[in-house]
Amino acid sequence: MTEDYEHYEAVVVGAGPGGAAAAATLARNGVETVVLERGVDAGSKNVTGGLIYAEESAPYTIDGIFPGFREHATERPVTDYYIHNIAGEQVRTFDITDGHEQDTEWADAVLRRKMDSWMARQVHEITRETGGGLLTEVKVNGLLEEDGEIVGVTCEELDPIKADFVVAADGVNSELAREAGLMDWEEPEEWFQGVKAVVDMPGDTINERFGIADDEGEAHLFSGDLYDGVRGGGFLYTNQDSLCIGNVFHLDSIVEEEAEVQDLLDALLTHPVLAQWLGDDYDEREYSAKLVPDSKKAANPSPHQGRLVLVGDAGGQMQAQGPIIKGMNHAVTAGALAAEAFVEARSRGEPDSAGERYERRLHDEGVMAKLRPARYEVASALGENDTTTRLAERALDSSVGRLGVRMADRVGLLERAYSSPYLATMMPDTKTPYVTLPTIIGEELGATVEAESTVELPSLEERIGDLTYDTDVGNPHIVVEDNSFEASGAAVTACPVSAMDYGGGCYRDETVQSNGDEKRVVSLDTQPCVECGTCAIVADTQWEHPRGGKGVEFREG
Amino acid sequence: MHSVVLTKGVPDFREGQVAFDEDGHLERGNTPTVMNPNDKHALRTALQTKVRHGGSLSVMSMGPPGYGDVLREAMETVYADDLYLLSDRELAASDTWATAITLATGLQKLDDTPDLVFAGFKTADGETGHTGPQACWCLDWPIITHVVALDVDEDDSTVRAKRLVEGDIEEIETVEAPMPAFIVADPEFEPTYRKASHRLTLKDLQAETAERAENHEEHLTTWDHADLNLDPDYIGLDGSPTIVSSVDPIPKAPAEREATMVDPDDGEGMSEVFEAMQPFADGRSAAGD
Repeated sequence: MTEDYEHYEAVVVGAGPGGAAAAATLARNGVETVVLERGVDAGSKNVTGGLIYAEESAPYTIDGIFPGFREHATERPVTDYYIHNIAGEQVRTFDITDGHEQDTEWADAVLRRKMDSWMARQVHEITRETGGGLLTEVKVNGLLEEDGEIVGVTCEELDPIKADFVVAADGVNSELAREAGLMDWEEPEEWFQGVKAVVDMPGDTINERFGIADDEGEAHLFSGDLYDGVRGGGFLYTNQDSLCIGNVFHLDSIVEEEAEVQDLLDALLTHPVLAQWLGDDYDEREYSAKLVPDSKKAANPSPHQGRLVLVGDAGGQMQAQGPIIKGMNHAVTAGALAAEAFVEARSRGEPDSAGERYERRLHDEGVMAKLRPARYEVASALGENDTTTRLAERALDSSVGRLGVRMADRVGLLERAYSSPYLATMMPDTKTPYVTLPTIIGEELGATVEAESTVELPSLEERIGDLTYDTDVGNPHIVVEDNSFEASGAAVTACPVSAMDYGGGCYRDETVQSNGDEKRVVSLDTQPCVECGTCAIVADTQWEHPRGGKGVEFREG
Repeated sequence: MHSVVLTKGVPDFREGQVAFDEDGHLERGNTPTVMNPNDKHALRTALQTKVRHGGSLSVMSMGPPGYGDVLREAMETVYADDLYLLSDRELAASDTWATAITLATGLQKLDDTPDLVFAGFKTADGETGHTGPQACWCLDWPIITHVVALDVDEDDSTVRAKRLVEGDIEEIETVEAPMPAFIVADPEFEPTYRKASHRLTLKDLQAETAERAENHEEHLTTWDHADLNLDPDYIGLDGSPTIVSSVDPIPKAPAEREATMVDPDDGEGMSEVFEAMQPFADGRSAAGD
């Protein structure tokens, strides 16, 4: 039967930066490549913070693969980089531009819909020359196997496709990686969750409020006591005529604190430090959320099996260490390296060795060392336990600790420390660097912000209502396997479009009475889902992508 | 492989678009002309054939010069290569028979004899469903109507189709005909593109046609009755044996049943509603057929 199926030399699943880089590199080397993207347009399923970096040490950069990229697909270059330590209304800001510029050729703010759809047009043109091309609204739902070997992919909207090489660039919720046993949903501590608002602001207003020119842009990070103790921080990036403002938190921390992530976003948006930029004419273009793999724990050191390779988020290739947050650039490098590996394997007559060659390249080019730094492995073993954390917190909060913070600031040590990529890679994933230290810095060194926030934020209901959905009634992509509150209740708070006491989101809790018993259960309506996949980790659910073209459509990303 | 789709411009009968005079006659001048909605089935079938088998695709229509927009829409729908308009005052007021003779002559005049001609199953104005079969009769080609699936064997020069018998979806027969042949697609025809190569071809065609449709007039050939070498006695009003004695407006359907209001909080009343609806829920009609 499988001999009747269409065959392409390479199938790339997903048209984000990893898939685009892989496809373009394959096709430029004469490999017949078809790219399958499930969104109505490339980028319509994607969300970023977000900045894209071109690293000096990287073998590939996105503008190297797609000439004209910065001119056509990005917003503003980041020319200034700050971190704000917040304690109540006291804020201490450090300029960390030096650290940001280390190993950085350039870094631009991007919106994924614009960026990905531009790249997709280039990819289609390049791959079409080989007899392949890029198709949207096609959901790849599994691996095609023959005698236990991966020989292609199965699709919802198309007949199965055979291929000599399968690139899974299908994102953090990669169904292919999961099917191949190369990724699981098990551990909340392996993931971050990002929640973001794209805020409308004319370019002139941005220039005026941030004191920058058209070709300049700013990046701001926020940490301290405005997040109810949840581990993570906020960000603000300037686009051409909008701002990206959001938070990224450790998922296990969100679950532990039973945090309502949309409220934490509001806490940032209404903090006085943002009032200087937001004014009172707040207009939110889009609310979105995304799950982010923590590469330190989730990056697969051997992201391949048979003819299948994983690139980008699907391979857990998202580096988040302190103020350093890089993902798309690693996806680009990985995609191009995977393509390079297949081209070499094919030319040597050993196409099945592509996966091993890809793995070797990831290590040889230093990508794995960035994703899973050895220093972190050592430091986390020492620093990420309750006793050490307790001791560190107590020491910092003591009068000696506070004096130390003041002294360190006086000689510029704190600013240098925040700018140090070396230290960033060692930073433990504990409350200390995210909450305690920034709060103490804010208390000891901060100045009170005079401004008062007057923004009127949309409700969760309005945020959900403003999103574009192509609803897929009758085809739920989430199934709750255990609807007891104990098993799946975390989904109610952790889901970015659900909340306790709110009945209009994806998840809600209900008390059901039967035979004189009362039971607290979780109910589900998948229609307002933003497809972040959070519930797959924190609750007992079966999660998969909606069919091609269905579900949420991000206009900004 | 060369296919031709026959299409017609008809008054836009959608609510708010159609204009009638005091006597209840259609005011054509004040009613926009649109592509016959039923032609979309023919267009979709033709497009699927082009995507699967390649070749060229033409759209042909008979009508006044103002049909340009209809033809452009058809071009965009099926990514047509060429457009043909049979247009002449002598052709005005043709009935289905005169129209069929004209269209058949137009099809014969084409440089490249079509392998398949696709016709809509009826027009939204006349609703006779005659024109396609009559044109086919003129050409003495086979015709397959109520087509719901189609496959072409180019080597054997045959077309194989699944068609509804008596228009019933429950009864489908498979028939085969030598090409050239006429195909009339049923509204149940659903084109499918299950291969990546088909979808890529569609994307190519879409990109090519976007440019072509901008300058669709460059791809339009207009023939009058002299070009077609048609005898004026067989075309237009003179060549139309159909006599329309009168046209009556369709009266509005009277309200046959009285509605009963039921308060949703009225348990007894709601029970009666459920009882009354029960036969429908079981898949049976109230009459119990």
